[in-house]
Amino acid sequence: MKFLEDHLPKLMLAPSFIAMLIFVYGFIGWTAWVSLTRSRLLPRYEIEGFIQYERLFSSLRWDTAFTNLFLFGGLFIVISMILGLALAIFLDQNIRAEGAIRTIYLYPMALSMIVTGTAWKWILNPGLGLEAMVQGWGFEGFKFDWLVNPDMAIYTVVLAAIWQSSGFVMALFLAGLRSVDGEIIKAAQIDGIPNWRIYSAIIIPSMAPIFLSAFIVLAHLAIKSFDLVIALTGGGPGFSTDLPATYMFAMAFSRGDIGQAASSAMVMMGVVFTIVVPYLYSELRVKND
Amino acid sequence: MKNFAFTVSAIAMLAGGAAHAGPEAEVLHWWTSGGEAKSVAVLQQEFAEKGGEWTDMPVAGGGGDAAMQALRARVLSGNAPTAVQLKGPAIQEWYEEGVLADISAVAEAQGWADVLPASIAGHMQCEGTWCAAPVNVHRVDWIWANADVLEANGIAMPTSWDEFNAAAEKLQAAGIIPLAHGGQAWQDATVFEAVALGILGADGFRKAFVELDEATLTSDEMIAVFDQMRTLRGFVDPNFPGRDWNLATAMVMNGEAAFQIMGDWAKGEFLAAGKAPGEDFLCASVPGEGFLYNVDSFAMFEVGGDDKQEGQALLAELIVGKNFQKVFNLNKGSIPARTDVALDDFDSCAKLSSDDMAASSEGGSLLPSYAHGMALRGAQSGAITDVVTSHFNSDMTSEDAVAQLAAAVANSM
Repeated sequence: MKFLEDHLPKLMLAPSFIAMLIFVYGFIGWTAWVSLTRSRLLPRYEIEGFIQYERLFSSLRWDTAFTNLFLFGGLFIVISMILGLALAIFLDQNIRAEGAIRTIYLYPMALSMIVTGTAWKWILNPGLGLEAMVQGWGFEGFKFDWLVNPDMAIYTVVLAAIWQSSGFVMALFLAGLRSVDGEIIKAAQIDGIPNWRIYSAIIIPSMAPIFLSAFIVLAHLAIKSFDLVIALTGGGPGFSTDLPATYMFAMAFSRGDIGQAASSAMVMMGVVFTIVVPYLYSELRVKND
Repeated sequence: MKNFAFTVSAIAMLAGGAAHAGPEAEVLHWWTSGGEAKSVAVLQQEFAEKGGEWTDMPVAGGGGDAAMQALRARVLSGNAPTAVQLKGPAIQEWYEEGVLADISAVAEAQGWADVLPASIAGHMQCEGTWCAAPVNVHRVDWIWANADVLEANGIAMPTSWDEFNAAAEKLQAAGIIPLAHGGQAWQDATVFEAVALGILGADGFRKAFVELDEATLTSDEMIAVFDQMRTLRGFVDPNFPGRDWNLATAMVMNGEAAFQIMGDWAKGEFLAAGKAPGEDFLCASVPGEGFLYNVDSFAMFEVGGDDKQEGQALLAELIVGKNFQKVFNLNKGSIPARTDVALDDFDSCAKLSSDDMAASSEGGSLLPSYAHGMALRGAQSGAITDVVTSHFNSDMTSEDAVAQLAAAVANSM
């Protein structure tokens, strides 16, 4: 009994810990191994060095995919946060029907990325959607062909992703705004400080942790983005909207080039690490102090 | 782990074998849409009539990608299906993994070598032994046209790319989209290889897309191929990216567009809409000599147990049998792989396809389609397609495209 009392929590956690060890970290290790081999259709295990990484970084398609990741990720994170914060501040003004409006903004989050992608594909299609509609109203010169323009198509992915996620960011920020101590705000109001000053000097700085969580959530959404691209553009026109995740999928499952897929997966993980590790480091350091 | 799974499946097989005696086959395929499913059912029925027990394993999705995933998992666990829908160099790739069976006994007894065109038979052999059975031959290098639109504009079916360009300009002036096209990578590649066959000729095509000869890939003719692609880009409506091929076919059907360059599965769409070949729509091979084929086949995997091996032999025999070849291809819109099947029930386009196949087989211009995974392995054909689709969808110059083509092919090795 004594043994159980002492060790019950550990025993309870052990199965999930072991499963995690094998299925997450074990397979990360496996992928790293395979990325160093010449695996094609089936995995092989003779290590050949960094040949797959050399191939990866001399591939034009990977170049596009990798650039897109930063372009898409950067714009998506920054605009979603700005938009989410603005919406949250407006909703925070004790307006009428706040609950209903909040739900409306949050609702896109309830849709799957596939639905979002398909809906925006129709909206943005020049022959069916927005462009055709506005031209139908008589504005013959109206042009909005981003979806079929290889230079602009990646921005349609950004657009759809922001539409999907900014409501969620708004909810995060709204919770943050509400958690700021009301006494401080009242004190500032009594001192006659204008509203925008209260927000920029008091409320927003005190929400730093919320910014960080919003950033982490959005960053991982951006890096693993796959379904949205598949539904919205299918990676096209050409491969101009490829992201690392779609590149990896194409290599692993339609080209029979597992080594190449594994090396791209490792690079993606490297990107995640450079974002998450400083975050974890700062979190852990705060706790140890 | 692998051995353990193998042992378990071996025991399961022995146990199953004791209960049931007779040919057994488990067949992995991705023919799940209407006409295709009907075609497979024919084979299933024939197999059952011979006393066999068929275990169907259809895996839909991703043009076979999902099925390949399932296959990989099955092979890795040491429990491969009896027969798998595979084609082209993928058969040899799996053979090199050491998992394919030898069905030479059936092939020799049935005299496959005499009834199949030599270059198609070559795909079914792994280092001299037979390891796969062909089902059909799709021709890839077709031009489909709306007969009424051509007639109204006084245009004949083009026999050279210059004629095609002239016709297209005329149509464009008349407000008709000259070329119906869907901007998906494989469709870009389909048009590209049709153009390449016309401009490079059969030998050039073989050098470029079968042997990956660098001199041919960077030749002036290849630059001309990309130039023609750029010209074709001007004949496509602006709304083409991402469009599915059957929607492009529908544009030809309803007269919105005049031509489509697509394999003979497009014929199925026309026929399903009640259009008659020669009257409502026209079919012709693309300008240039040659015949690009896309052959569906079943690769036979190594299986244990007499029942399964018996089932495998029976399956192979039925697949290449005259009756199945005829019924299946009538359903699917392709033509039989064997050359001695009577074509009385087939339409005029299929007869043309069959005649051309026989002629090009003799003339040495019966060539595998690179865009449909018949000529090259996935990594190489994918690398070429990347360049083709990137050129078609941007303002890249033909010279740059050719340089990239050579670099991408080298990088994919």
